[in-house]
Amino acid sequence: MSDCWQEISALTMRWVRRLSREKFSMLFTLVQPMLFWLIFFGNLFKQAANAQVTQAPDYISFLTAGVVVMTVLNNGLAGGVDLLFDKENGFLERLMTTPIHRTSVILSRFIFVMTITSLQVLVILGVAFLFGVQPATGLLGIAAILMIGMLFGVGLTAISMAMAFSVKSHGDFFSVLGFLSLPMIFLSSALVPLAGMPAWMGFLARFNPMTWAIDAVRPLILSGWTEALPHVGMVVVVMVVFDALCLYGSAKVFRRAMG
Amino acid sequence: MMDRAVAIQVSGLTKTYDAHTAVSDLSFQVYAGEIFGLLGPNGAGKSTTLRTVITLLTPTSGTVSVLGHDTVREADAVRRLIGYVPQERAIDRFLTGREHLELLGALYHLSKAEAAKRIAELLKLVELEEAADRPAKTYSGGMKRKLDIACGLLPNPKILFLDEPTLGLDVQSRLRIWDYVRMLKARGMTIVMTTNYLDEADQLCDRLAIIDKGKIMTLGSPTELKIGLGGDIVSLTLKDQSKIPILVSALTKQPAMRAVKATPTGLDIRVETPEKALPAILESANRLDCQLEFIEYHRPRLDDVFIAYTGRSIKDDVLVQKEGV
Repeated sequence: MSDCWQEISALTMRWVRRLSREKFSMLFTLVQPMLFWLIFFGNLFKQAANAQVTQAPDYISFLTAGVVVMTVLNNGLAGGVDLLFDKENGFLERLMTTPIHRTSVILSRFIFVMTITSLQVLVILGVAFLFGVQPATGLLGIAAILMIGMLFGVGLTAISMAMAFSVKSHGDFFSVLGFLSLPMIFLSSALVPLAGMPAWMGFLARFNPMTWAIDAVRPLILSGWTEALPHVGMVVVVMVVFDALCLYGSAKVFRRAMG
Repeated sequence: MMDRAVAIQVSGLTKTYDAHTAVSDLSFQVYAGEIFGLLGPNGAGKSTTLRTVITLLTPTSGTVSVLGHDTVREADAVRRLIGYVPQERAIDRFLTGREHLELLGALYHLSKAEAAKRIAELLKLVELEEAADRPAKTYSGGMKRKLDIACGLLPNPKILFLDEPTLGLDVQSRLRIWDYVRMLKARGMTIVMTTNYLDEADQLCDRLAIIDKGKIMTLGSPTELKIGLGGDIVSLTLKDQSKIPILVSALTKQPAMRAVKATPTGLDIRVETPEKALPAILESANRLDCQLEFIEYHRPRLDDVFIAYTGRSIKDDVLVQKEGV
C-alpha cells in the first residue's frame, strides 16, 4: 500500500514538474478558455443573446456554466497527451520495466488532470465573479460544480489515455481531438439552451453527456438549490454510467498496451 | 563452460504479430557474468527478443526465465532484478538528471536516504555531477546516453540490458560507453546488449548470437565464430563491374576456393590457403580480361561471419535504410 502511494505521488509530481517548467504553455492553457469564451464570447453576445431564450440575467452568467464544462472537456480530452509523448519517446517503456503497479501511471494522470481542472474551474468562477456572476448556491454549490466536473473529467481522461495508447502517430491523436472538441461544444447546451436550438441539434445534444453536466451546473450558478438538486441528482446517474462505459472500454486498451 | 551459472534461459520463444512472425522458436542461454550480444540487421527480431526478456512483451509461445523467474508469471520479480537502457533516448526533457533518478528511485521503492546515496554514486560514475540539476533538454547526445545508463543502473540490477547503446553517438562517447560496460562486467554484472555495429560486438561481447529473420543463425564467441568460418578472405574490386558474374562462375569451379560471392563492387572469396588461391585467382582474372582495381587479403572478420550467415552485409542494410528515408 505504501509502495503504491510512493509510486503514485512520484509519478504525479513528475506531471506537476513538467507543467511548471512549461510556464508559457501553462499560462496559455489556463488563460485561453477564459479569455476566448467567457470574456470575448460572453461580452460579444451580450446584446445579441435573447434573455427570453437564455433565461438568465445576462449572457455571461448564462455562459459561465458552459465555459466551466468546456474546460473540463478540453482538459479531459487532452489528458492523454503526455502519455502519448511518453509512449513515443520510450519513457513509458522505461516505466514499464520497473516493478510498479501498471495502474499507478494511469492513476497519477487522473489525479493530475482532475487537480488542474478543478483549479481552472475555480479561476473561471473567479473571473465570472468579476463580471458580476455570483453562484446562487454559494460555496457548497461550488463544491458541487467541482464534483460534477470531476465526474465528467474521469471518463474523458480515460478515453484520451486509451486513445493515446491506440493511435499510430500523434498526428492522428490531435486530429481526433480537434474533430471531437468543437462538435461536442456546439451540440451541447454550452452556448444556447436546448430550447433555443434547432430541433435536430437539440435532439442530438440530449445524447451529449456534456449537456447533462451543463444543465446541472447552470442552475447551481443561476437559480438555487431547489431548482438545481434534481439536475444534480440526474447528472450523477448519467456520469456514473458514462464513466463506467469509458473506464470499461479503456481498461482493455490499457491492459493490452501495458501488459 | 558447461558448469557456468545460467542467468537467462530462453526456450522455444516465438512472438507473432497478426500474420507476421517476429521471432520464431528461439532458444539460447546467457551465462552469469558475461556480456552477451544480439547482433542482426534491423527488423531481425533482436529488439523483440530483448523486450520479451525484460517483460515488456509476452511470448506467443515458449518461455523465458531470468535468474529462475518466469517473465510472464513472475514479471515483478524479474523487474526487480534487471536494469534497462532503452534504444530511444527515453528522457523527459523537462526534468533534471537528478529528478530522473529520483523518480526511478521511488518506482523501485527505495527509501529517500538510500536513493540519495545511490544517485550520488551514479552521477559520479557517469560524470554528470555538474549537470545533475539542469533540465535534460540542455544535455548533449552523449550526456543523455550517460543519464540513460545511470537510470538503468539505479535499481542496482543483476542483469543490465542495453538496446543499441551507442547508436548515433560520436566516437568519444562510444568509447566512454564501452568503458562503462567493461567496468560493469568487471564488477560481476551480466550484460545483454543488442547492436548493429560489428566492431562493437567484436570488442565487447563474450558471446553473441547473430539473428536474422527471427532465427538465430549462429552463436558463439567472436573468435569461435571467425575460426568456425574457416579459411581466409580475398576481396577483389573490379574496374568493370559487369565482369563480376563471369569471374564468379570461373572461380567457383576451382578447388582452391571454398566459397565465392559477388559483392556490389567485386568478389569476396573464402580460400583454404592463400598461397594456392592467389595465383589461381590472378590467372583467371587475367585470362578473362577482368582488370583489378584493388585486391585485399585478410583473416575472417565479424563482417565476414555476418555475411556468411545472413547473406548480406550489415552496412548494405544501413545504406538501404538511409535511401528509404
